[in-house]
Amino acid sequence: MISRFWHKNKIPLLFLSPWLIGVTILAFIPMIASLYLAFTNYNMLQAPTWVGLENFNTMLNSDSRFFQSLKVTFIYVFLGVPLQLIVAFSLATVLNRGVKGLSFFRAIYYVPSILGPSVAIAVLWRQLFGMEGIFNDFVSIFGLEPQSWISDPSTSLYTLIVLLVWQFGSPMVIFLAGLKQIPSDLYEAAAIDGAGPAYMLFKITLPLITPIIFFNLVMQIIGAFQAFTPAYIIGGGTGGTLDSTLFYTLYLYIKAFTQFEMGYASAMAWFLLVIIATFTGLLFLTARKWVHYQD
Amino acid sequence: MSNTINQSNVTSSSKPTSNYSTKKKIFESVKFILLLLGAIVMLYPVMWMLSSSFKTVDKIFTEVGLWPSEITFNNYLQGWEGISGFTFSTFYLNSFIVVGLSILGNIIACSMAAYAFARLDFTFKKILFAVMLASMMVPIHVLLIPQYILFNNLNWINTYLPLVVPKFLATDAFFIFLMVQFIRGIPRELDNAARVDGCGPVQIFTRIIFPLMTPALVTTAIFTFIWTWNDFFSQFIYLSNPEKWTVTLALRGFLDTMGESMWGDMFAMSILSLIPIFVFFIAFQKLLIEGISTTGIK
Repeated sequence: MISRFWHKNKIPLLFLSPWLIGVTILAFIPMIASLYLAFTNYNMLQAPTWVGLENFNTMLNSDSRFFQSLKVTFIYVFLGVPLQLIVAFSLATVLNRGVKGLSFFRAIYYVPSILGPSVAIAVLWRQLFGMEGIFNDFVSIFGLEPQSWISDPSTSLYTLIVLLVWQFGSPMVIFLAGLKQIPSDLYEAAAIDGAGPAYMLFKITLPLITPIIFFNLVMQIIGAFQAFTPAYIIGGGTGGTLDSTLFYTLYLYIKAFTQFEMGYASAMAWFLLVIIATFTGLLFLTARKWVHYQD
Repeated sequence: MSNTINQSNVTSSSKPTSNYSTKKKIFESVKFILLLLGAIVMLYPVMWMLSSSFKTVDKIFTEVGLWPSEITFNNYLQGWEGISGFTFSTFYLNSFIVVGLSILGNIIACSMAAYAFARLDFTFKKILFAVMLASMMVPIHVLLIPQYILFNNLNWINTYLPLVVPKFLATDAFFIFLMVQFIRGIPRELDNAARVDGCGPVQIFTRIIFPLMTPALVTTAIFTFIWTWNDFFSQFIYLSNPEKWTVTLALRGFLDTMGESMWGDMFAMSILSLIPIFVFFIAFQKLLIEGISTTGIK
């Protein structure tokens, strides 16, 4: 029995072994370990002590910074992602109608997506919306007083949302690929029937592109929940003025690696997993109502 | 209803064609100009940083125009001196070590796993494939703390091992998935022909499949390059010793220690840090955009 198992599987095992070791040691065991740590107090110096639901209790009942980080992250995700996708979709439809220099524009609009996550761009952003930044030169045209958009708690989060929207290039490219798949005879038939651009947009383009909208929405929401670099650099390693840019992952980092509350941070990590799973799950559940698959 | 539609159709087609095409041309030109304007607005911040990196510090915030009235390379020369006694030569070398090893690891480990999933038959294949897909969904934060404790116990903090070893263990499951999809597109007749010629599964992989999956490997290499080069979070957690810093970490270190007078150096080094990604983008633009269109990676 064992020898038959071995005979059948030894070569596949050879090929799979790096991944099997990796998924076991670096994913499966850590997941169980962090779930355990979520119910303990642990500072890496003494052994973890079991505290039951205390971490979750503190998080949900008496940690105002935790709530602030949730609020900031929710605004970032649920304002930033839809805005980004609206810009991406609009430009994709414009580019799809055939423009001179399509590949040029596609490349230019895509560039921010690869540069955006870097520290260099976060540094630039901090400067751009700072007291002496060029954004102030721009708003002065409209007679507005210069101010530091980064350190004003009522505007700082929006500078980060602008940074997210600025990186609309990658969903745009995916939209463009999807738009190319829509058979042009659908539009021709509609045009013969006298349909206007609005009709074509709402009755042909949008329904047929819903799978792509769904895909982009899921990917961008998952990504945005985990954003860290811009908030860290722009807020100078803290949550910014009055914690106005205290992203969830940033607060988790502070708990784990500056206050060494590893148990609490693990509880936060699992809470994040639940939040992300809930929202993607909800999206999948509602998908049946609004996503149309052609086959 | 159908009457009115027919009528409007008739009226539109009876328009003089020359008038219609001039209108269309004007519309096209306006669209082109608007798109160009949008592109300029998008790239303006980066251009501004580029131009500022060639200005003397006192002019960066006072001179409005993009073209520097007086070009200086001082920011680059001074910036390159780096911080904490290490120059950017060290930081670049470190970045390239981490990126190079990550690419190598991903290509070897992910292609092996992908070959097994796409072509070989083994016990629990379906379950393991599902596990692989599910592992892509787990946010890194859930794994972060136990991984950190593990690497700390192995004395791997302040080495590149925590950044690189996981790649040799195929933890970027996304690339496995990408390669599985690609291998499924390679005709099985090729495997069969090789088998007739006496090749075993190992030779079929090394001689047939691996060489044929070059496009998927290149896509993997490009995205590993961009992601690793830009990565801040994990490098930041594992590398605190300036000797080991990558370009990303050095920029952060710069930001922490500098005063107002160093913005020029900061911009110069930021621009330099973006150049490798930019060059990669220019070189592989077509492949990159195809990759995103077909798989939906960023």
